[in-house]
Amino acid sequence: MKTALFPLVAKQAMVRRRGKVLVGPIDLTLEGRGTTVVIGPNGAGKTTLLKMLHGIVRMNGGALEWACSREEAQRRQAFVFQTPIMMRRSVVDNIAYPLQLIGVARAEARARAALWAEQINLGDALDRQATLLSGGERQKLALARALIREPDLLFLDEPCASLDGRATREIEEILLRAAASGTRLIMSTHNMGQAQRLADEILFVLQGCIHEFSLAREFFEGPKTTQAHAFLRGDIVE
Amino acid sequence: MADLLDGMLRAFWLVVTLDSDLVEITLRSLRVTLTALAVASAIALPFAALLAVRRFRMRRITIAVLNALMGLPPVVVGLIVYVFLSRSGPLGVMGLLFTPTAMIIAQVIIIVPLVASIAHQSLRELWSDYHDLLISMNASQGQRIKALLWDGRRALLTAALAGFGRAIGEVGAIMVVGGNIDHATRVLTTAIALETGKGDFAMALGLGFVLIAMAITVNLAIHWLGHTESEGRW
Amino acid sequence: MKQLLLGTITGLLLTGAAWADEMKLAVTTSFHNSGLAEILLPEIKADLDLDVQLLVVGTGQAIRLGEAGDVDAILVHSQKAEEKFLAGGNGTHRREIMYNDFVFIGPKSDVAGVAAAKDAASALQLIAEASAPFVSRGDDSGTHKKELSLWAAAGLDAAGFDSWYRAVGAGMGAALNTASGMEAYIMADRASWLNFGNKGNLELLFAGDPVLFNQYAYLPVNPEKHSHAKNDLAMKLEAWLTSDRAKELINAYKINGETLFVFNAKQ
Repeated sequence: MKTALFPLVAKQAMVRRRGKVLVGPIDLTLEGRGTTVVIGPNGAGKTTLLKMLHGIVRMNGGALEWACSREEAQRRQAFVFQTPIMMRRSVVDNIAYPLQLIGVARAEARARAALWAEQINLGDALDRQATLLSGGERQKLALARALIREPDLLFLDEPCASLDGRATREIEEILLRAAASGTRLIMSTHNMGQAQRLADEILFVLQGCIHEFSLAREFFEGPKTTQAHAFLRGDIVE
Repeated sequence: MADLLDGMLRAFWLVVTLDSDLVEITLRSLRVTLTALAVASAIALPFAALLAVRRFRMRRITIAVLNALMGLPPVVVGLIVYVFLSRSGPLGVMGLLFTPTAMIIAQVIIIVPLVASIAHQSLRELWSDYHDLLISMNASQGQRIKALLWDGRRALLTAALAGFGRAIGEVGAIMVVGGNIDHATRVLTTAIALETGKGDFAMALGLGFVLIAMAITVNLAIHWLGHTESEGRW
Repeated sequence: MKQLLLGTITGLLLTGAAWADEMKLAVTTSFHNSGLAEILLPEIKADLDLDVQLLVVGTGQAIRLGEAGDVDAILVHSQKAEEKFLAGGNGTHRREIMYNDFVFIGPKSDVAGVAAAKDAASALQLIAEASAPFVSRGDDSGTHKKELSLWAAAGLDAAGFDSWYRAVGAGMGAALNTASGMEAYIMADRASWLNFGNKGNLELLFAGDPVLFNQYAYLPVNPEKHSHAKNDLAMKLEAWLTSDRAKELINAYKINGETLFVFNAKQ
């Protein structure tokens, strides 16, 4: 029986760079179920918030606590970046890499990676250099690479930002499958349709602070704040 | 001008007749330089990777010093190694002076800064790419270095080949620590120096052309083994 | 493929085994340029089964190698430096082996008229008066020291010369190359001159004055100062170098029909 990862509690968490506050102070409690979608205008601090929760951005104030130890928590999460980072190796070696990091034998890692590659429709491109893939293919690869270790928590930073409809659909399918099998998803997006399709709860971020945090259905039927209203309408919100 | 033509003919003749002296000193040149390259790479490449991923206070100074050491005059290195290996010196008992091993030691010292500097620059760029990903995946320091060294291997090859070029043409240091002893420590470059000193320019040029041809061959061989420029690889 | 490469590398690394006795002898560039070593070394190998490894360096460096104990014996041609070497306890003794001579080389045009000089001192005075370009070894070698002593004997101070006097700080061959390139006068040992491959417009203008006599001596390194020095082999070599066989080979050695060295060891 694995120890619980959640709840994740942020107390007065803050990230400051060059004198400017990017995120915070934030008080937030995230439970262990479902999909949380972070929305907000550009520059609101969505990316920084996600990276802060994941632990790859240094906090300048406050605290972040998991239900288990930090080391344990770090092992059970993954992150998909807005611009996917391709390692300069083949598709199958890219996907297999996280397994090799935890000591899985090379042959087995590659076999499991090949299965995942099939699932994301890159089964016949196993030995192609990952840097030669298209944008959509890269993002799918990044997703497969993030999911291959079956993380309990997956962060995604605007995963479909520069993708076409088909690629977006494929990625959303994978995400829904992952969510259905119990993976906690915390992702940001600009696509309100996508937010409605995937979210169980919504985090509306404005100027580095959490403006609204509610269940998705409630949010989309009637947001509580005027800025959220304006944002959903498509106005420019600062 | 006549010397150049003469030199080319000499080179051609030496190679075609497989002149035994030429074969001996060419093999010795290769042995000394390739060994020095292997040892220097084993030191310089991991060091360059470590320097790229690890943040520490003296990093900027370390990088600057490393870059500056590329300009170390080889003959100065030779003299310092001589002083250490001389019978009157601290390591004299090892009896390494005037042996190919002493030449290898001197060449290693000369090319490590070069290989490390070039490798470090490209590994740093690669690291700035991989940084977020590898940290997110919780890769340990050793795992990060391994990933950089493996994925960056083409650039590392360039660094190594630069080191090879520097070493194969080096003459000052190995003259001092090797002594240019016939049938023991004479290599192509020291033989060229000798022939030049004797005024036999045609022979010196001939050996020079052989040296150039050999360097090109080694480089081509390494590129071929490394499958550079083949389909889909850069 | 990788196996082949590995095998070759290992093979190359192992080709270091030697079975004969071997010793290190520091000799001067002048001696080496004469080509006599190519005659003597194979005979030494055949007669004594001894591999003499020659380090061809300037006299100054040869002396330093002897002092440091990095060689087993030295063969140089500068009596003052040799006596200083012995005074410092670095060598056991000095044994004269042979001599050759120094000659004055210069451009065919001979602006200073050296060819007609009656002795070495006047030849040098002519060069100084004409301010003709003159290349000096400038490297503290036996040849260089000899040259300086000749200037002194001619009543001239080399340190006070103008730019026509060019000290290059190099070995005999390199200095000859420079003289050839500048069409300058130079003092060289006859052997190096005869064997020199880049004569250009230079030719031998003056020789024969007894003061140009150049004595080579053999000095074994002192085993009391350097216990690892192979003194037994050094003595074996000395015995050979002063034997009748060596006398025969040295006196018979010619370049273009000219003998170079005269054997004068006391047997």
